Amino acid sequence: MSNLLALAGVNTHIGHYHILQGVDFVVPHGGLTVLLGRNGAGKTTCLRTIMGLWQASAGRIEFDGTDIARRSTPAVAQLGIGYVPESMGIFTGLTVSENLTLAARDGPLDERRLDWMFRFFPALKKFWHLPAGHLSGGQKQMLAIARAIIEPKKLLLVDEPTKGLAPAIIAHMVDAFRELKRTDTTILLVEQNFHFARTLGDTVAVMDSGRIVHSGSMNDLADDEAQQQKLLGLSLDAHQ
Amino acid sequence: MSDDALRVPGIDKIPLALIPAIALVALPLIPSLPTWVTLTVAGLAMGMMIFIMASGLTLVFGLMDVMNFAHGAFITIGAFVATSVLIPLAGWTQADSLWLNLGAIIPAILAAMAVAGALGLVFERVIIMPVYGQHLKQILITMGGLIVAEQSIHVIWGPDIIPLPKPATLRGSFIFGDIAIEKYRVVAVIVGLAVFAAMFLLLNRTRIGLLIRAGVEDSEMVESLGYRIRRVFVGVFVAGSALAGLGGVMWALYQETVSSAMGMQVMILIFIVIIIGGLGSVGGCFIGALLVGLVANYVGFLAPKIALGSNILLMVLILLWRPQGLYPVAKR
Amino acid sequence: MQRLLSGDYPRSRVLGIVLVLILAGLALAPFVFPGTRSLNVAAKICVFILLVASYDLLLGYTGIVSFAHTMFFGLGAYGIGIAATRLGPTWSGLAVGSLAALALSALLSLAIGLLSLRVKTIFFAMITLAVASFFAILASQLSWLTGGEDGLTYKLPELLLPGTKLLEAPLLGVVISGRIVSYYIVFAGALCLFLALLRVVNSPFGRVLQAIRENDFRAEAIGYRSVVYRSAANCLSALAATAAGILYAVWLRYVGPDTTLSLDIMIDILLMVVIGGMGTLYGAVIGATLFVIAQNYLQDLMKLASDAAAGIPLLPSLVHPDRWLLWLGILFVLSVYHFPAGIVGRLRGNK
Repeated sequence: MSNLLALAGVNTHIGHYHILQGVDFVVPHGGLTVLLGRNGAGKTTCLRTIMGLWQASAGRIEFDGTDIARRSTPAVAQLGIGYVPESMGIFTGLTVSENLTLAARDGPLDERRLDWMFRFFPALKKFWHLPAGHLSGGQKQMLAIARAIIEPKKLLLVDEPTKGLAPAIIAHMVDAFRELKRTDTTILLVEQNFHFARTLGDTVAVMDSGRIVHSGSMNDLADDEAQQQKLLGLSLDAHQ
Repeated sequence: MSDDALRVPGIDKIPLALIPAIALVALPLIPSLPTWVTLTVAGLAMGMMIFIMASGLTLVFGLMDVMNFAHGAFITIGAFVATSVLIPLAGWTQADSLWLNLGAIIPAILAAMAVAGALGLVFERVIIMPVYGQHLKQILITMGGLIVAEQSIHVIWGPDIIPLPKPATLRGSFIFGDIAIEKYRVVAVIVGLAVFAAMFLLLNRTRIGLLIRAGVEDSEMVESLGYRIRRVFVGVFVAGSALAGLGGVMWALYQETVSSAMGMQVMILIFIVIIIGGLGSVGGCFIGALLVGLVANYVGFLAPKIALGSNILLMVLILLWRPQGLYPVAKR
Repeated sequence: MQRLLSGDYPRSRVLGIVLVLILAGLALAPFVFPGTRSLNVAAKICVFILLVASYDLLLGYTGIVSFAHTMFFGLGAYGIGIAATRLGPTWSGLAVGSLAALALSALLSLAIGLLSLRVKTIFFAMITLAVASFFAILASQLSWLTGGEDGLTYKLPELLLPGTKLLEAPLLGVVISGRIVSYYIVFAGALCLFLALLRVVNSPFGRVLQAIRENDFRAEAIGYRSVVYRSAANCLSALAATAAGILYAVWLRYVGPDTTLSLDIMIDILLMVVIGGMGTLYGAVIGATLFVIAQNYLQDLMKLASDAAAGIPLLPSLVHPDRWLLWLGILFVLSVYHFPAGIVGRLRGNK
């Protein structure tokens, strides 16, 4: 399987702070890669750097064979990369329908795709004309993901979709991601919830202090408790 | 989930109710009904003109987090450009024919808007672009731009106040019994309503409007969806400058004079209006402008001494009630 | 010297020489540049050095943009003007007026300072602009107290009047009148307060202010102290501006909206502080001196240039004497972009 996304020696500075200090990892075509790590390890910065929201100060970010490290955010998005930030980035003053309409850059909403999405995000249909600010946290997260995939994407970047959600909603989210995986969308997921990550992930990369400290298949890591303990420490216990 | 959740919440109507409330409060205080009508129309006309000048500024702030302290210069320049068109056409403006009047006024307005818009483009590219996100420098640099613009006006049009009479058909009043309503004020109200309606439709019924509203909330996310929001920014800036030019022409014809200081004088009112409305909110700006116009006229009649300060008092009262202004703009 | 300058040396030979020249020029102005006009210019320079330095404490050292600085300047001037009109030309009257103005400024600046901590830079600038214009309106409307648009012309204690002769014989060819005494009161007042401000910005207090400006994020983490520091800076700056207003009123023996409260003066202050150099008090000295001299003498020079350029299209109107502000405006814009530390920053960089 070839790699859709490959980071090599990526460095990112924010102000005086050196956040990413040479990040190398790959996201294989068609699978779901999980980026794990403690708070402050640099996971969010990594996604933002891929999106061009922070500019990498050094290194290559290869997407589908081209280096996108110096591209602007809209240019990166136009290559077919969808992004769901940690804050979800919902436009709270716009209705659900307007949020999705805006995301469909190529014109009117595709009814078939919409119906497909309503199957696993039924709340969106129900609250179609409600301002998104009135949705619950879980519904907002669903809208954020739906918005990112309203048009077919080659790669989807999702930052901690389970954060602050109730277990029942997380279970629902797992179903939604499974459905997405079936459509051959490559996904890069940032997570702290190892249980959620293990359920969905094909490959895994673990970050610490701005570097990748481990990468490989999810099954291998899931079977190796000592390795989990070493890489993820306390954050693992908290979720198991 | 109850059905309540499905109800689409409307806009907050309390600020909207303030306008008739103020007009009604003024009614018993003002000795005669015809005077009240005259003052109300005058207040609405003044408010509409301020709205036209302020709307672009507040939208630019909402979108780009940029406050252009030199916005007043576009107002002044619009007025001077129109003067340059109207003075040679004095024969047409002073003729008692609506068509000749319009034949002079419309090109004057178009020229004013075009020049103000073009200058807005240059201003955005040259002056403001390098200081995005740096508020202190923005304030300083736009103040500097204001000085240069005002002085350049002196170079081109001279330092003197230029008289600018209204076109013949816009002078005088409509008379209904005891009530006299100045024609020009009616025109100002109509133009103001038209601009507001156009903006409302643009913002709420078009894709570009959707983009602008989303950009006001979270421009980074709009970029992440693949839109080049910078282009929208520039467009809004140019449109806002052109509207300032239009407002300048209307204000100058209202005052019947043009001076290089007029922009800065109106700017204080514009700032008050934007603060009252909630920085970045077009709807709030509209209501704020009407409130300021009405209060200025009522107080100007009842207690001329404090008329000039009444708007500041209004602002303070509103901020005590709603510290973010009438319609706070949701920011991420 | 170390103590006097609070260890803050000019750190550039050219700057040092220029500062010494300005100091000497102002100290000896009545003797070196006799004549009413040049003495007026010298006194105005003294007052504006203090005024601009006090503004720099706010803008350059704490990063707050306020348009209400002329309000404090005006309070000081009107304090003297109103006291001298109401209480008569006595020293006690002047003292009462000064103290009342300083007390009022302290209160107002505390209120405004607390506001500045709660709102963003831009909002604060807009609000202060509105408040300042409100004060200007107030001064022109309350004519029974302030003389309205015409302002107040008043007498001062006899010692300060031009008619008073202190020495029988002229000293170095200059008649030592009350005018000269007034000038030295202005000069000494401005110099002492300037040195006091220099001490403030170079104290640990001043360094915390700069830390707040450089890193608001971290300063917020420090918590309440940043509130206290910024309020104190606001208050000190306002008091110094009020003092400048008091000195100006003593010198002019007139106070009106146009000499102290108008937005034009606020813009002048901005020009001086930015062109001289933000965040260095010596910038205030350079900026104010340059600006006031330009205001008074550049026009003469430009008139020569304008006459010389007669016949060439557009050029005469660009170098027309009234266009001096255009050129300063352009210099201002270029300063903000290319040398934000102003002339002083330039000189220090080239040492």
